[in-house]
Amino acid sequence: MRALTSFISGSLFGIGLLFSGMTDTSKVQGWLDLFGNWDPTLAFVMGGAIVPMFFAWRYSKGRKPIFGDKFPDPQSSNINPDLIIGSVLFGMGWGLAGLCPGPALASLGFGGSQGLVFVLAMLCGMGATPTIKSLFPSYKSAI
Amino acid sequence: MQTDWILGLAGGVAIGLAASFYLITNGKVMGASGIIGGLIDKSGWSTARDRIVFLAGLLSAPMICITALDISAETKVTTNTIVLIVAGLMVGIGTRLANGCTSGHGVCGISRLSLRGIFSTFLYIIAGILTVLIFRHIWGVI
Repeated sequence: MRALTSFISGSLFGIGLLFSGMTDTSKVQGWLDLFGNWDPTLAFVMGGAIVPMFFAWRYSKGRKPIFGDKFPDPQSSNINPDLIIGSVLFGMGWGLAGLCPGPALASLGFGGSQGLVFVLAMLCGMGATPTIKSLFPSYKSAI
Repeated sequence: MQTDWILGLAGGVAIGLAASFYLITNGKVMGASGIIGGLIDKSGWSTARDRIVFLAGLLSAPMICITALDISAETKVTTNTIVLIVAGLMVGIGTRLANGCTSGHGVCGISRLSLRGIFSTFLYIIAGILTVLIFRHIWGVI
């Protein structure tokens, strides 16, 4: 059943990304272009996505997932160097290409070779991250 | 266009419903970078099947919509290969270090009022705005 529910979630996520315009990098970069021709669409997408999810988190309190053992533990509020450096790096890459991981994959089928180059570079970056972390042992202790 | 924000809102609700369904059925946070990253660095191999079918849906559903509804879709992404590679590496490393991206920290984190999610989203938006400012308006490469 988890395979089916995962497939449905992934499909609905992809459809939402396509219709919201988030697979169009000009809309993403347009939203980030505060000092140019600003496009407000992304704010509507984020707002629209957060509302159902807010209720889903509320529903999850004191319950168990239908096909799982337990809901994710309350996140630690630990703001560490990884979170800060990672978020800034991600934001820079997001601004440069106008793609983040979800839309990059959702558009892989129609994004041409450029989309594929971006995804391959992203997968390399993801694969290299554990090695990069291990190169900074003193900083690792802060995690 | 005027319809853009309506489509944005409707698509956003679909994304939120997808994340809600994933949470309530599977008990997991629907974060794109975490679902992919766990397959790449082996940390999520115990749930590999769920991850692979999620990604199969994410990849195929937009293509099926485009074909079935005969709509045009473009990413309008840059043709500059160096920019694509640098951006891809930054997104890959950044999301794995921060342990989340727009879906995990943004949609799922903010809706949970998670301090980490809100802080991360604030940082990557500021970094994105400054990057577009510098590389589009000052340097002119994107």
